[in-house]
Amino acid sequence: MSEKVWIAGGGVISGIGLNLQSCLQSFRDNKPGMTAMQYLSSVHRATFPVAEVKADNATLADLARMPEDISRTALLSMIAAREAWESSGLGDISQYRVAFVSGNTVGGMDKTEDFFTEYLKNPSGGRLRQVVHHECGSITELVADMLGVRHHLATISTACSSGANALMYGSRLIKSNQVDVVIAGGTDALTRFTLNGFNTLMILDQQACRPFDETRTGLNLGEGAGYVVMVSDSLAAQIQPWCRLSGFGNANDAYHQTASSPDGTGNYLAMKAALDRSGLQPQQIGYINLHGTGTQNNDVAEGLAIDKLFAPSFPLVSSTKSFTGHTLGASGGIEAVFSALSVKEGIVYPNARFMHQMKEIPFAPETQFSTGHNFQHVMSNSFGFGGNCSSLIFSKA
Amino acid sequence: MNIYINGTGCVSPQLTAQGGPLLGTLKEYEQVRLAVVDPDYKQWIDLKQIRRMSRIVKMGVAAANLSLESAGLSTPDAIITGTAYGCLDDTGVFLTKMVNQQEEMLTPTAFIQSTHNTVAGQIALLLQCHGYNNTFVHRGFSFENALVDAILILGEGSAENILVGGMDEITNHSHQILSRFGIYKKAPVKTMDLLNSPEPGTIAGEGAAFLTLSNTKGPGCTTMLTGVSTLYKPLWEGEVIGHIVKFLESNNCTPEDIDLLVTGRNGDIDQDEMYEEVAAALFPDHPEACFKHLCGEYPTATAFGTWMANALIAEQTVPEAAMFYGNPPEKINKILLYNHHQGTHHSFILLSHVE
Repeated sequence: MSEKVWIAGGGVISGIGLNLQSCLQSFRDNKPGMTAMQYLSSVHRATFPVAEVKADNATLADLARMPEDISRTALLSMIAAREAWESSGLGDISQYRVAFVSGNTVGGMDKTEDFFTEYLKNPSGGRLRQVVHHECGSITELVADMLGVRHHLATISTACSSGANALMYGSRLIKSNQVDVVIAGGTDALTRFTLNGFNTLMILDQQACRPFDETRTGLNLGEGAGYVVMVSDSLAAQIQPWCRLSGFGNANDAYHQTASSPDGTGNYLAMKAALDRSGLQPQQIGYINLHGTGTQNNDVAEGLAIDKLFAPSFPLVSSTKSFTGHTLGASGGIEAVFSALSVKEGIVYPNARFMHQMKEIPFAPETQFSTGHNFQHVMSNSFGFGGNCSSLIFSKA
Repeated sequence: MNIYINGTGCVSPQLTAQGGPLLGTLKEYEQVRLAVVDPDYKQWIDLKQIRRMSRIVKMGVAAANLSLESAGLSTPDAIITGTAYGCLDDTGVFLTKMVNQQEEMLTPTAFIQSTHNTVAGQIALLLQCHGYNNTFVHRGFSFENALVDAILILGEGSAENILVGGMDEITNHSHQILSRFGIYKKAPVKTMDLLNSPEPGTIAGEGAAFLTLSNTKGPGCTTMLTGVSTLYKPLWEGEVIGHIVKFLESNNCTPEDIDLLVTGRNGDIDQDEMYEEVAAALFPDHPEACFKHLCGEYPTATAFGTWMANALIAEQTVPEAAMFYGNPPEKINKILLYNHHQGTHHSFILLSHVE
């Protein structure tokens, strides 16, 4: 049995960098990743800016050392998972009992939507190799097979909180001694399916998004992958872990299939449960990496829930989605890596384009990149469709 | 710690949603695609919502409610689902319109209901359950991961009653596409003859089955969930056999302690060979029951299998329609459910009788 669960490393690929260091550089240089669509083919190309990973599938396939014709979701996942593993310094993966727990929402939809164009003309049309990896779980297996992970495989799909729930499940697998190591996080590629879906909900901003700004009008979609490597006490003693995953909370808003309750009931319950599990008081949290999508509904619900839980003394807060866009199933994983690094190195990430204070809440996001903070505990929020709300807490080693 | 199955609910191609003895009225089919027998969904969902809900959501909500009702519970502390394909119908509707209308004039309803966590979210919404909520979408391990998550949560004591279920639906698109992969029989076959079919291919199925798990034994409980294990891409049958021996050992038993083997035979002569090998090596004289000739093949069929195994223990008898080999045991104390999905996803679920 492992009493604690440690973060041994992390990897990220996103619209602001092909690896964690280049993402950090983009934060330092204040360079968000939203641009006009370059790689996704859509009639909305000129309408909605997106935070695409700045590489075509051939380049990603080279980086991933995988075939170019497989789903972009798998390519992104492989690149970030390998970076995470290598950063852990654990060496040969076959020495350990390893689980790979990955969240995603689209699976191989990028290929399926191409297939469907042919298939709808003729039921025997379209190449089957385009749908063979449609399932979310298939994406996880492509990467697990490359990494050499067989002991335990799981894929989680709880919309925008998928990646965060992967860390929770991973933590339980370690604490119960099912495995020694878990690579946990999430991945999602941009697809026409999600772009058009979010467009029907009328929550896409035609400009770069403005999370937690009074004038915000929606989110920008992004893509990418992010994974942490989690280890047990005995393995942590052999390396220099970044920090611990000290707590987590998962609650359901039970209000609406896609909208948050006005007062952020689920958000509050998830954050409160995470604090309780960590055994912490609200004022011990130094920084919150917000869910902060930039929609009217999310930011007010999340803001009010934070107000209720943390008033009168608020931690520093910011939404890194103002740089990476909303990467959906990947966001919980990507932001877990950012948050784990925040507690390790005392980093606060900037919230781009914040200008106007929201009238409903008394606090404002940080707008500058800064280092040198002495954080003991950092919180990461992920809230999704289906009322799925999750919150993670990373604590100093 | 003991984990009790305090209630169950199932919507399937059999008459499982109406109560009564297991397979009291057997539904026999002669087709390669089975559909669930719809219960009267108005019992749990109001009419306006029923019209908007896809089949997988309705069958999931129904099975979840049946499970809670039989456990005598109004709301669980946590809801965990497993689904390999998710909400295929709404996914197909949105995808088709998106392609045909060149990404213009789309409406949100199908997209909103297309996400894999729709069923778990809808159950939470209808029950007003703010507790832990998770959805696993890992092919033939979707339901198994949901069970493992529930066991770990009950073990740490952060919930008392957990609703766990597995579900998948067939749609015209999914059936057409999966058929092109050659996994189904070329010609219709009688379901009661399926398991002795000399040909490759199986029949497609669908359904939703839920368990209400608890660390406290409920009044109607007869069965404990003793253990769950998965094995991904075994290199050969010896690895499966070794895994089972270790799995049983870790639950303090041996093959001799198993009264009934329940397997996921699906009538595909190539895939069923693995069950033959395992039975020959570890359970040569054990009676064996099967379930996929009743519910069809799908990645979360083990949810139906577990539901059925629980009923076998509760009733302490095996209906003839479920028996595959040998005679029903006189006493059913322990059942090992062994399933594999397409040869890559092997899972093992151990159930024990409790007085």
